Amino acid sequence: MALLEADKVNVFYGNIHAIKDVSFEVNEGEIVTLIGANGAGKTTTLNTVSGLLKPRSGAITFNGEDLAHVPAHHTVAKGMALCPEGRRVFLNMSVRENLEMGAFVRKDNQVGETLEMVYERFPRLKEREGQSAGTLSGGEQQMLAMGRALMSRPKLLMLDEPSMGLAPILVDEIFDIIRSLHQSGTTILLVEQNAAKALSIADRAYVLETGRVTMSGNADELAQDDRVRKAYLGG
Amino acid sequence: MEFLTNLINGISLGSVYAIIALGYTMVYGIAKMLNFAHGDVIMVGGYIAFMTLFYLGMNPLICVLIAICGCTLLGIVIERVAYKPLRQSPSLTVLITAIGVSYLLQNLALLIWGSNPKVFPSIAAGLPSLQLFDGQLNISAETLITIGASVIIMVVLGLFTTKTKMGKAMRACSEDPGAARLMGINVDTTISTTFAIGSGLAAVAGVLLCSSYPTLMPTTGAMPGIKAFTAAVFGGIGSIPGAVLGGVLLGIIEIFAKAYIGTQLADAVVFAVLIIVLLIKPSGLLGKYVPEKV
Repeated sequence: MALLEADKVNVFYGNIHAIKDVSFEVNEGEIVTLIGANGAGKTTTLNTVSGLLKPRSGAITFNGEDLAHVPAHHTVAKGMALCPEGRRVFLNMSVRENLEMGAFVRKDNQVGETLEMVYERFPRLKEREGQSAGTLSGGEQQMLAMGRALMSRPKLLMLDEPSMGLAPILVDEIFDIIRSLHQSGTTILLVEQNAAKALSIADRAYVLETGRVTMSGNADELAQDDRVRKAYLGG
Repeated sequence: MEFLTNLINGISLGSVYAIIALGYTMVYGIAKMLNFAHGDVIMVGGYIAFMTLFYLGMNPLICVLIAICGCTLLGIVIERVAYKPLRQSPSLTVLITAIGVSYLLQNLALLIWGSNPKVFPSIAAGLPSLQLFDGQLNISAETLITIGASVIIMVVLGLFTTKTKMGKAMRACSEDPGAARLMGINVDTTISTTFAIGSGLAAVAGVLLCSSYPTLMPTTGAMPGIKAFTAAVFGGIGSIPGAVLGGVLLGIIEIFAKAYIGTQLADAVVFAVLIIVLLIKPSGLLGKYVPEKV
């Protein structure tokens, strides 16, 4: 059984039908990517899975549990974390406080260890522990957003446009981190506009076009597909 | 010596403004709404303390505690009944509702306690005043209690927002409610909690205000409410240190204007200063502008 399964999900913004019968699944240990143009519904899909948006119809199952009507502040405790588009770190709070917020729902006493683990993965965050997040560079803020999401020890990590607005060298760094997170056993659902990069690290991919899944399959195969190459990989 | 007396009185009045402004600014910070009924919660706090102090003759400290509990409860009820159903509505709707709640509270008070001003008994009755410089500088016990209580409240509130999980969650919500929800923070509950804290603070402010200016009427809270709102904007609305700074400065300016310019003009001076500050620094003294990185 898949860790996350979306079945014929429909989402509306008022009268606008943003997501149309979208179905996909993410199995434990996979990196799955949703690629597509601006406005195709990638972010809407992630926001719906995390509970920020309510689907009008369709089912979302996570870890065998129905998620369609679980509010956003309860989905974290169920084991999924969304690292949102535009990073959305708390700019006036310190780096450490941001990370602590990531562990808000945890009631166990191993939060300190997770914090150490995050600092190990992102040494620059450790250096800037006491600084307010607003003083960080864009790349550092992205690392903070990812670290914050990891603080809840999620079974599924959802990343929304982690490379957006970053210099190419930082994009490589972020993708290296995603790869190493995956190697250490985290299941990842990745939304990216940088389709080439996303396909290069993903196991499987879904192509979204104006709210519909139009193609899906192995990432390697999709990367070779003519239509995908033309539309998303620059020929 | 006269200067020093005025300064101390100013700080004392300013401390009360600061406590009220904290309520305004915290609620604004998190719910992005101006709770214009906040001033009237002060008045209700004053009446509750008056009843327990005057009719029941209880210990002043217990009276204050009862007033805090009463106002906290009132704040929770107001929020639940009037504001919570409007969470998704435009801010103008909420603003008008707040003004409605303000009049409702004033008129309920009129109905319950009548229009005759009540003379508020001092909470510091019998306590000696502090004499300094061979009796040239006389600081009343009320003034000392007011300043002391404000300092304690600010320190406790400061620790609460920086050291506790709930306090940090509150700051997270005020910055980005969407991201806060993704952390598992229940934004609705956090907003309600903030209302409760703000209203509890208003009760303290009510008691302190009435101790120094002992006339209690249904409209008692209106003017201090507006002034504290001014103080919050002055210091940078949404900013907790800003509310404290704005409140204290406003109190000092008001007392000095009363002493050296004229009692009638004092309020005009206060608001003129606000206008000048906002012309120069539109976000207020400590209002932060954080550039967004893309």
